Amino acid sequence: MKFLIYRYNPETDQAPWMQALELAEVRPGMMLRDALLELKAQRDETLTFRHSCGEGVCGSDGLNVNGRNVLACITPLKGLREPVTVRPLPRLPVIRDLVVDLSGFYHHYRAVKPYLIAHDPEPEVERLQSPAQRERLDGLYECVLCACCTTACPSFWWNPDKFRGPAALLQAWRFLADSRDQATAQRLDELEGPYRLFRCHTIMSCTDVCPKGLNPTRAIGHIKQLMLTHQV
Amino acid sequence: MTLPRRRFDTLVIGAGGGGLRAALQLAQAEANVAVVSKVFPTRSHTVAAQGGINAALANVLPDNWHWHMYDTIKGSDYLGDQDAIEYMCRAAAHLVIELEHAGVPFSRQADGRIYQRRFGGQSQNFGGEQAARTCAAADRTGHAILHTLYQQNIRARTHFFDEYFAVDLLRDEQGYILGALVLEIETGEPLIIEAKTTLIASGGAGQLFRTNTNAHINTGDGMAMALRAGIPLQDMEFFQFHPTGIAGKGMLISEGVRGEGGYLINRDGERFMERYAPHALDLASRDVVSRAIYTEVKAGRGCGPKYDHVLLKLDHLGEAVIAQRLPAIRDMARTFLHIDPVEQPIPVYPTAHYTMGGIPTDRHGRVVVPAGHGEERIPGLYAVGECACVSVHGANRLGGNSLLDIVVFGRAAGNDIIEYLKENRYHRPLSDDGIAAAMARLTRWEQRGDGESVDGLRRELQQVMEEHCGVFRTQAVLEEGLAKVRQLRARLDHAVLKDHSRIFNTARIEALELENLVELGLATVASALGRNESRGAHSRVDYPQRDDERWLRHSLYFRDGETLDYKPVRMKPLTVESFPPQERVY
Repeated sequence: MKFLIYRYNPETDQAPWMQALELAEVRPGMMLRDALLELKAQRDETLTFRHSCGEGVCGSDGLNVNGRNVLACITPLKGLREPVTVRPLPRLPVIRDLVVDLSGFYHHYRAVKPYLIAHDPEPEVERLQSPAQRERLDGLYECVLCACCTTACPSFWWNPDKFRGPAALLQAWRFLADSRDQATAQRLDELEGPYRLFRCHTIMSCTDVCPKGLNPTRAIGHIKQLMLTHQV
Repeated sequence: MTLPRRRFDTLVIGAGGGGLRAALQLAQAEANVAVVSKVFPTRSHTVAAQGGINAALANVLPDNWHWHMYDTIKGSDYLGDQDAIEYMCRAAAHLVIELEHAGVPFSRQADGRIYQRRFGGQSQNFGGEQAARTCAAADRTGHAILHTLYQQNIRARTHFFDEYFAVDLLRDEQGYILGALVLEIETGEPLIIEAKTTLIASGGAGQLFRTNTNAHINTGDGMAMALRAGIPLQDMEFFQFHPTGIAGKGMLISEGVRGEGGYLINRDGERFMERYAPHALDLASRDVVSRAIYTEVKAGRGCGPKYDHVLLKLDHLGEAVIAQRLPAIRDMARTFLHIDPVEQPIPVYPTAHYTMGGIPTDRHGRVVVPAGHGEERIPGLYAVGECACVSVHGANRLGGNSLLDIVVFGRAAGNDIIEYLKENRYHRPLSDDGIAAAMARLTRWEQRGDGESVDGLRRELQQVMEEHCGVFRTQAVLEEGLAKVRQLRARLDHAVLKDHSRIFNTARIEALELENLVELGLATVASALGRNESRGAHSRVDYPQRDDERWLRHSLYFRDGETLDYKPVRMKPLTVESFPPQERVY
């Protein structure tokens, strides 16, 4: 199988370049991460990428493959058009090869206060939550922070400093939607203004690419709606 | 040599649940804490824990901490220390409630309380009916807990060093641990982090084995650092093989599947656990179920064209239960096997999963070593979680007790560190000698020329460990394994890297990781060879019986001279009667 892989080492390369590599044997069930590992082991030890769990839960190996953001470890080789073009996630500074600088992405995540805020005294037992209330968190808490969605979002490409991006906004809604959280006003205030939330133009790239099947667009819609009802 | 230095009250190595729970305790007490992790915290392997966390909340069935204590001791095949186990089981309910208050999205029952599922090795009333003790967030409990703990640390403004690799501990002549040499992966620059206290929470070493449920990062770095600092490792022969990894691939299929009512069948469609554990069936302890699967396959009753696995059947649970309680398992089966478990059973086989052994500690997370007739602490050093050996898991860990272990002892270590800091207010002077030794680990890999590759040697090590130190062991096979691992260690001295870049050099990190793994491979095989009995996860075909007379004791492996020593099991609990060893049947 033929691969075309983005390479850039700031120590030695004047500019990024695309490396053609070929994988001799494609075994059934092989994922893209397996292929990259074999290419690194057998062809070029300097090929650099992040990865860890190998089953789509740690979120380390978000990559742009044939133009689409994916998690390499749960992307089957079968069905990928050749040459398989592998690039780093779009529009973030490249540290080396397929490794991007995610500090801006993490900044937006931290900025939405992604933690439960409750003011009432803590009971000595668990806070009660009905199955229906808990169900509102499904499709939100599962986010693995792989950045596939945010780096696929044209609004984020235009305003990476000001627009929080779909991943951070999904987490904002995860806490707004939690029956135990008591910081609704504070959270909505933080998202006020033309950029942080409202740069979302419902393009839905985020939802299209999410490797975990989550729907940030819908979450953002819920926040906008809540903001309106909260104001009146 | 002048290296940049940073100073903190506490250095935490590892940002999984144990490290983050400790860091939270410290940050909330306004200690100055730095967390060093070789990956961004939410990528730590706690994220992959599925089934849940044990606590006797009694939300579903009657329960109390004392029954949990009994089950844990029995599960440990009586090798667990009963004071630490009592402490953990008593603390469990409080710690789980604390996690709920912190925001963990636990699944709920109709009455709004935390959902609890049945798990292996659990009983009511000291060995009676099955209990339901495992608090779950669907089948993503580790993910839910890890993210919540990271989020609370953001709130507490913990200082994170993301993508820094810990190279070695720094120690003075009086034996105090003064911090560590770390490597910033992005720039390749070394950095000294000086700390009055250092907590190792770096996780297990599942990458020792070819087929494992573990992440690529699980290379036991902190355990190997302890070995190099002259600290022994305890009970390393006890490595858990999880009964249900995806056959041939290794990904974990949660015990929660059996907890929700799934069961194992062989090629005849027989529910074979009836023969091995007539009472607990598929929810016997993991060591018991793993041996049963291995035995079935060995006897030719395995499934598939090669008769090399068994099947985990759950289609009878119905789509609603599977979608609600086991959604991630369903995703995984679809992704990696192209089957929907709503319709088809999952092919499974025992897979390397968890390091029961580790850095010896007491129940406050303080690292302890033999001294005279007793033990003394290594001043300034703590360890918690899978890299530590308290020992609450003894010879076999119960499912749902690892997430509990990390939060209970993460918090306990945090509290003890706060006390230690009160008495040790100042940084001790750090000499250059220790730094030079640690730096030598890095400069060694600057060597160029021809030599074996790190990747090839790692594969060989994993193969050797699987073949020579697996579910069933014998003296001859272990001896051969020990010789092979020693040879690998010698060959590793001559391995060279082709990548000499400073920037984000993952090849260099993997070389440092392999050095760690080889040390742990030796510790594991040598300890297994030393223990002439079968207990928990350590099954010696040549010594099939448990031998409490001679072997009711912990192993200690020292790197210097590859020697073994032993210490007694703490049989005396804190407040209740001891549970004396009994025949272990499920």
